[in-house]
Amino acid sequence: MFSYCVEPKSLEGLMWLSCYITTPKHMSFYTSFLVVLILISLAAPLAMAFGFAGAIASRSTIRSLRYIGKGYLAMIRGIPDIVFFLFIPIALDQAFEYLRHKALCPEVTEAIRQGNDFVVCSAAKLPLSSASEWVHDIYGFSLALLAFGFVFGAFTGNVLFGAMAAVPRSQLETGEAYGFSPSKIFRRILLPQMWIYALPGLSNLWMILIKATPLLFLLGVEDIVYWARELGGIKTGVYDYPHPDWRAWYFAVLLVFYLALTYLSQSVLDKISSRLSIGQDTMAGRAN
Amino acid sequence: MKKTMLSALAALLLAGSAWADTIRMGTEGAYPPYNFINDNGEVDGFEKDVGDMLCIRANLDCVWVINEWDSIIPNLVSGNYDTIIAGMSITAERDEVIDFTQDYFPPSPSVYMGLSGADVDLSGGVIAAQTSTIQAGYVAESGATLVEFATAEETISAVQNGEADAVLADGDYLLPIIAESNGEFAAVGEVSIGGGVGMGIRESDGELKATMNKAISSMKEDGSLNALIKKWFGADANTF
Repeated sequence: MFSYCVEPKSLEGLMWLSCYITTPKHMSFYTSFLVVLILISLAAPLAMAFGFAGAIASRSTIRSLRYIGKGYLAMIRGIPDIVFFLFIPIALDQAFEYLRHKALCPEVTEAIRQGNDFVVCSAAKLPLSSASEWVHDIYGFSLALLAFGFVFGAFTGNVLFGAMAAVPRSQLETGEAYGFSPSKIFRRILLPQMWIYALPGLSNLWMILIKATPLLFLLGVEDIVYWARELGGIKTGVYDYPHPDWRAWYFAVLLVFYLALTYLSQSVLDKISSRLSIGQDTMAGRAN
Repeated sequence: MKKTMLSALAALLLAGSAWADTIRMGTEGAYPPYNFINDNGEVDGFEKDVGDMLCIRANLDCVWVINEWDSIIPNLVSGNYDTIIAGMSITAERDEVIDFTQDYFPPSPSVYMGLSGADVDLSGGVIAAQTSTIQAGYVAESGATLVEFATAEETISAVQNGEADAVLADGDYLLPIIAESNGEFAAVGEVSIGGGVGMGIRESDGELKATMNKAISSMKEDGSLNALIKKWFGADANTF
């Protein structure tokens, strides 16, 4: 990056360090922090959407819908997360490619599964082999994001389901007495009041989501854990900047990053909590 | 106007199909000097040079993909990339799942590395090796206690912090580490296991295998492969 970085092996001290921490490889490391933040900020609303749909379905008066909702919540809660994290991206990817193969190359008669191989025609590949690297990156990231949304959605759904059940019956009765329709009661009374009951559960999930992001690495996304491990490892003379095993330092940076993120989250969540308590028929609400 | 746009779209689609010959080369990127990610964040090493030259000779458009060693075979057969070029020795077990081209790197000895001065019991001690390598298979049968790690990097840490008495890996990987460790590590044994290193290709992909075999033969014939071996593994390395 700096002009004096041309001959890294002749440098020493701070000059060496300044060149070392600005290599393109380190830039990828810094960018990966952004990837993690983007993942969290997209996965949270996605999980909320999945969870909301799950909770509504679980409360539905239509039996089949209720079974789907309850089945979704029970299945994810009962199966180890890691199984889903590994299963969803692979299954989705193969399902997409299978469908595209059927649609785009009907003339190919060979089986898609040949022994161990999963073979689709080159036009059905997703993304295409010829696509740029960033397309592959975004595709992989999106699959990972879906997995996060799906898994955390179930937990969110259960929290919301419980929160909806916790709103005092008398509040809803008031609406009924005024002749509100069930959907209006839901929108105007139940929904605004349930958040305070959902918040402790949701804030837990938010923290768990932050701490679960290193799973990205398992899904093949080059995240901060991947780069920390890669950069920290022993570097022999084939690299421009040889150094011994420095993984402890890199992981210390991750530690600080995650602690800062959770600390910041907690202070924001505390503010939201006191805001939502105002006017509520709860201890926190009455104390105000 | 509509017609021009349609023909432009058609041209775009056709241009896309002309690029359909892109071959995705899967590698680990964590096993210097075979393959590693250099400080520019790009794939580098012996296999990068060989792979790029093979692609030029076979007239293929190649891109490099990094994949963890653990899942490198499953992701090949599920079609995430088209070749494995990651210092993978040709073995009968692997050959049941995938196909190999002819070797592009001759058999090379594996080395046991321990802490300097330590007395290591190679047939009864605790030996570290990377998961799913020929070295791991060898240690498991040698009578020593095998501890496996996902990356080669971690096997070295295991020796450093005393979890394992020694690590068994390719000499080409360990010897530079020993040489630059300021006497911390030493080679404590050597064995010859496995055949040469070949490129892994899906069993259903016979055409690509034939193309690559032909390109490897041409590199062997004109000596360019030997030149690359000497460049990355030193003048004393085994050549063809």
